[in-house]
Amino acid sequence: MSEVSIKNMTMNFGPQHPAAHGVLRLVLEMDGEVVARADSHVGLLHRGTEKLIEHKTYMQALPYFDRLDYVAPMSQEHAFVLAVEKLIGIKPPPRGQYIRVMYAEISRLLNHLLNLTTFAMDVGAMTPLLWGFEEREHMMEFYERASGARLHANYFRTGGVHQDLPAGLVDDISTFVDRFPNFIDDMETLLTENRIFKQRTVDIGILTEDEALDLGMTGPVLRASGIPWDLRKSQPYDVYEQMDFDVPIGKTGDCYARYLVRVEEMRQSLRIIRQCLDEMPDGPVLTQNHKVTPPRRDEMKQSMEALIHHFKLYTEGYHVPAGETYTAVEAPKGEFGVFLVSDGSNAPYRCKIRAPSFTFMQALESMSIGHMLGDVPAILGSLDVVFGEVDR
Amino acid sequence: MTQALQDLAEHIAAALPNDVVRTNVMFGELAVNVRAGAIVKVLTFLRRDPACQCRMLVDVTAVDYPEREDRFELVYNLVSLSQNHRVRVKATVGEGAPVDTATGVHSSAGWFEREIWDMFGIRFSGHSDLRRMLTDYGFEGHPLRKDFPLSGHTELRYDQDQKRVVYEPVTLVQEFRSFDFASPWEGMTELLAGDEKATVDIEAGEDAAAAKSGNGDA
Repeated sequence: MSEVSIKNMTMNFGPQHPAAHGVLRLVLEMDGEVVARADSHVGLLHRGTEKLIEHKTYMQALPYFDRLDYVAPMSQEHAFVLAVEKLIGIKPPPRGQYIRVMYAEISRLLNHLLNLTTFAMDVGAMTPLLWGFEEREHMMEFYERASGARLHANYFRTGGVHQDLPAGLVDDISTFVDRFPNFIDDMETLLTENRIFKQRTVDIGILTEDEALDLGMTGPVLRASGIPWDLRKSQPYDVYEQMDFDVPIGKTGDCYARYLVRVEEMRQSLRIIRQCLDEMPDGPVLTQNHKVTPPRRDEMKQSMEALIHHFKLYTEGYHVPAGETYTAVEAPKGEFGVFLVSDGSNAPYRCKIRAPSFTFMQALESMSIGHMLGDVPAILGSLDVVFGEVDR
Repeated sequence: MTQALQDLAEHIAAALPNDVVRTNVMFGELAVNVRAGAIVKVLTFLRRDPACQCRMLVDVTAVDYPEREDRFELVYNLVSLSQNHRVRVKATVGEGAPVDTATGVHSSAGWFEREIWDMFGIRFSGHSDLRRMLTDYGFEGHPLRKDFPLSGHTELRYDQDQKRVVYEPVTLVQEFRSFDFASPWEGMTELLAGDEKATVDIEAGEDAAAAKSGNGDA
């Protein structure tokens, strides 16, 4: 039989593809059923966030962070307010810090719940998604009760959070935390030992320790490769230092390990939320330095100075002393950093947003080469990318 | 923490005396300014040196200072997982001057450098795939430069007659408003435009003030 030369086939995955988790155009060069090259074209959701922030005051810049990783909005806000606080040199009162940590962990649950269940759907399981979205809605209700918005919360402020929690919310979150482990168990019975799920994920998209470091992976992806690195432990911010929780790590670095790490992280997040609820002190939630935070409404009716503060804050905004900082938080997806350069005015001179998904997308090519076409959605799902923050 | 970073800064400066321009520790963060030509060498050193062990390149970005001679500042953020510290490497680059790519040291630099090329127009020599990243296919200009307008130069719409998307120059219905918020309320350290007269008397004496007002009359 004579040899037949087969030309590689180029195919487009996306930009409108349900398994692409957003607007990703992936140009795949296929050698039969095997991926030979994967060229991702990102930027279809580019909104110029960094440029816009340069033209806004610090307070106006905050809502843009909700719109980066719109699956876990408050984690992004956290990085920005911490960066500004570092430059100004203020610290929020304890209650404010506890609320921020609690909501950062609720954001982690929101993110992992969405990622794990859509990941399961990518590899063929529909039910977890339907169950998960109901629970997600409960948590978004907690968002709404604190901030007034289900998704784009705009709740964290330089120096704390915007408002105290409304009456009854703490009790409801408490009941939720007691109930939620049952849901995780239910979800695990559907997936963890599921034969089809394991066939699709075990030994797929393996990332070794060295590769993970070289590619700049962070968060659950890095930990699934066996590296115990969590900014909440190693470089703690707010009250994470006082929290008692474990950092799960994976052994194999494949899609299945990333799934397992995220499931365990959800349980650990519940532990942190429980501790926040139990230990949360009373007191103000926002620092009382009225050059940075607005005065109380009733104060404004009495005091001329408070009125001036309010007016200046909401027109001109506050000025941040000149300097630069790179501040990172452990967002659900990984290290979310803000490189903030201030020139002493009321708007950031430069605000670079370092999004974890961006490096994940870069790693997609080296991870998917040599795998079958059907594995690409599995790898993409296990990496946990959201295009809001890849494209910014 | 700060002391440890000071020691690390001295260690790096001592090991690379010809390449390190300046080190400083601010807000508990170490920044090392180096010559632009030595970036790859410095990153390699930071990666291999047992006291640094910065094996992960977390972020690469640039800042544009149009008034400076070398207008761009490249910023590399490194982290060491074993030593638990962060190092920021900075270098100034002029417009049009190429910089050696860091992809040989850290693979993660690949996309970051592509993004910088896209957003600032800094070239990285030796980069294998320096295409535009976030902007549209066929985009012109580098949006994060300070002289690039916020509204951009072109806008696009779907044209019913041609049955395709067409690009047109931006037309603003309302003039773009940029408010000058410089005011003496809080945090002002520099003079306000038009406010020189108020401070000149105190700082420079009456001669200067008289000279100034004389000029104004002429």
